[in-house]
Amino acid sequence: MAGKGRGVGAFTFNIEALGIGRGSMPEARAGPTPLFPNTEFKPVPLKDGEEEDYMLALKQEMRGTMQRLPHNIKAHANKAEVERYTERYLKQKQLDDTNWIPDWNFLPKELMPQKKKVVKPVKKKKAVKISRKESDAMLTKLDELEKKDDGNPEKSDDEAEKKKGNEGEEEEEIEAEEYDEEDVEEENDYIDSYFDNGEDFGAGSDENIDGEGTY
Amino acid sequence: MTAQEVRLCGLLLQEHFGEVVEKVGTHLLKSGAQNLRTILHETGISLDLVKKSLCVLVQHGACVFSSGRKGPGSPTEYRTSCDRILRILRYPRYIYTAKTLYGDTGELIIEELLQRGHMTMSSTVKTVADRLTQNMEDGRSMDYNEVSNSFSNLVETHFLQRCPPPPRAGPKESATPAPPAIPGTPAAPVSNAPPTAESFPDCYKVPHVTLTGRGKRQLSSEDVDDQRNAKKAKMDSETHGDEGICWQVNFERFHLHFRDQAIISAVANKLDQTSSEIVRTMLRMSEVTTSPSATCTKPLSANEIFRSLPTNYNILRPILDQYLTLLVDDPMEFVGKAGESGGGMYVVNMHRALANLARATLESVVQERFGSRSARIFRLLLRKRHLEQKQVEDFAMIPAKEAKDMLYSLLSQNLVQLQEVPKTPDYAPSRTFYLYTVNQLPTSRMLLQNCYKTVANLIERRLYESKESKRLLEKSQRIEAILASLQASGAEPEQLTEVEEMITAPEKQQLDALRLHINKLDSAENQVDETIFLIESYITSTATTS
Repeated sequence: MAGKGRGVGAFTFNIEALGIGRGSMPEARAGPTPLFPNTEFKPVPLKDGEEEDYMLALKQEMRGTMQRLPHNIKAHANKAEVERYTERYLKQKQLDDTNWIPDWNFLPKELMPQKKKVVKPVKKKKAVKISRKESDAMLTKLDELEKKDDGNPEKSDDEAEKKKGNEGEEEEEIEAEEYDEEDVEEENDYIDSYFDNGEDFGAGSDENIDGEGTY
Repeated sequence: MTAQEVRLCGLLLQEHFGEVVEKVGTHLLKSGAQNLRTILHETGISLDLVKKSLCVLVQHGACVFSSGRKGPGSPTEYRTSCDRILRILRYPRYIYTAKTLYGDTGELIIEELLQRGHMTMSSTVKTVADRLTQNMEDGRSMDYNEVSNSFSNLVETHFLQRCPPPPRAGPKESATPAPPAIPGTPAAPVSNAPPTAESFPDCYKVPHVTLTGRGKRQLSSEDVDDQRNAKKAKMDSETHGDEGICWQVNFERFHLHFRDQAIISAVANKLDQTSSEIVRTMLRMSEVTTSPSATCTKPLSANEIFRSLPTNYNILRPILDQYLTLLVDDPMEFVGKAGESGGGMYVVNMHRALANLARATLESVVQERFGSRSARIFRLLLRKRHLEQKQVEDFAMIPAKEAKDMLYSLLSQNLVQLQEVPKTPDYAPSRTFYLYTVNQLPTSRMLLQNCYKTVANLIERRLYESKESKRLLEKSQRIEAILASLQASGAEPEQLTEVEEMITAPEKQQLDALRLHINKLDSAENQVDETIFLIESYITSTATTS
């Protein structure tokens, strides 16, 4: 084996038998292959003809139509402050049947959109009023009871506490209201008799985002 | 599914259904069947949008839902599959095929159905008739009946099929008090497998639809708009007797047609037009009798073939026999001989044909990527199966050094595999045979993945190109809109040219270059899909035979 030169002599057998002779070894690779290697052979041109042209037109038309169909769902985009001039033209291009009503027989019930509450704000105000009145009444009653109970000398302290209590209670009230809202929403989930006319489809529905944070 | 497939699916969904659907879709692809709550939680998209996206996916057949695996009452699970989403790539070809087979009406029917996922027959007929009327001269319109006839034809030839009925009935029945499951035994096997379209008998039955009338021309002026809407609402409330029966495109049937066309055109290229006509006749004759996944068609006697040949071809009986012998002797093995009775029984070897077409594709890929001498080595290995390095050099008649270079580059690209056969168990190199070989099936699979990657890259490049010149595109769009509105209001020609000149010459040049690039990229996508189709069919055909 001696005298065969560096590297090659490291083998314990005659590597000529494998067909790897001296000088016929391919060059060792140095470093990774380049990301965009030179192509030795140029690609053949694409097929060209009536059929291909028609398919190309079909493809582009299909893509355009699909992007205008209501099936193409857009994320709630942050509304730009200024309406851009182009938007007016782009809007016109939208197909007019933006309200797409899927056949709910083919879809699971849970996918139906939720009903928007219209009654809610009225309810909320009422609840607030009642609770305020009630709380005021309750507070005065408590005050009276306190005064009756013990004519303590620390009246100023008492008053301060009273105020604090008042505030605290109000906060609680607000919290309770919020819970109420959620309850109302939960109750309204998945109403079978509900039919969606699709008008709210595609419209921004920020309310839902808030309501469903509880998942 | 592989990373490449998921990437391509994501791009396709994004292009056709928007980013939200893309997010939901790829999430489902990556994580398998999931219920609504999990999707919501893991994607972080608002409930409203997730619901809509799922609706869209289900509507387009890209997503199936079933009641949960954990027995009745568990939440509905959604699952998507790459296969269906990748079909989007082939939409132009389906539409084009429908056009060649059934004319404009067929084209529009398929196009509408592909755009909407699934539709009832009545609404499809109406929209198609309206669209056809739109393109006709004034005063003429398309009769609904004509369109329904085309629709029925498409159903009869199985290019359209009914959507499987919704799996609603199952959960409802199981909601009624079921006998308590005996612990230890698995719960009653709820049919979790999504119902296949062919599994119910009415699949290709056209319902009786009462539709009379003609296509309506859309009126462009605004003042009639309200009137039209009122009319539309009235029309929609009518019933046509086919509510709840939705139709979808039967992709499998289209694929059978594509496969037959591929075989016919291959024969035409290899031999000549006449022999391709003979094969076409054979395929047409066995269209009904042969099952879609059969390895070869039912045997046909030469007499039968002779009788079914189109008369205008003037092929005489002895010439037919000669052609058939030629076809049988051809190394591509498209046609095989099954017996001698009836003047010779002949079959079309579907699976052999597909395998040979896939092999030819592989060979040409090697030829175009590595040169014709590498392709010679590749073909040599395909034919001789296993060869030692020395043998490769000798048989290919290429100087040893160059042959090694080519062989190693093929090996590093995984187009050629190396098999070690040791004489002794210690794998000592001096006592081991190193055999080079080509495995067609795994190599085809790899090529398929490369194709998916190619298409994804093409789409990405196209998106990049159009993003780069977004401003320019918007400008030209705007000017076109202005031109259209000016023309509608009857503006003077000077005004029109003035508006047209808002796009400067260099801008116009840029736009033209952009259009050319995008057309090239789009066309390339279409043509890569042809290769994808061929390799996919080959791979599925091997799955059914083994």
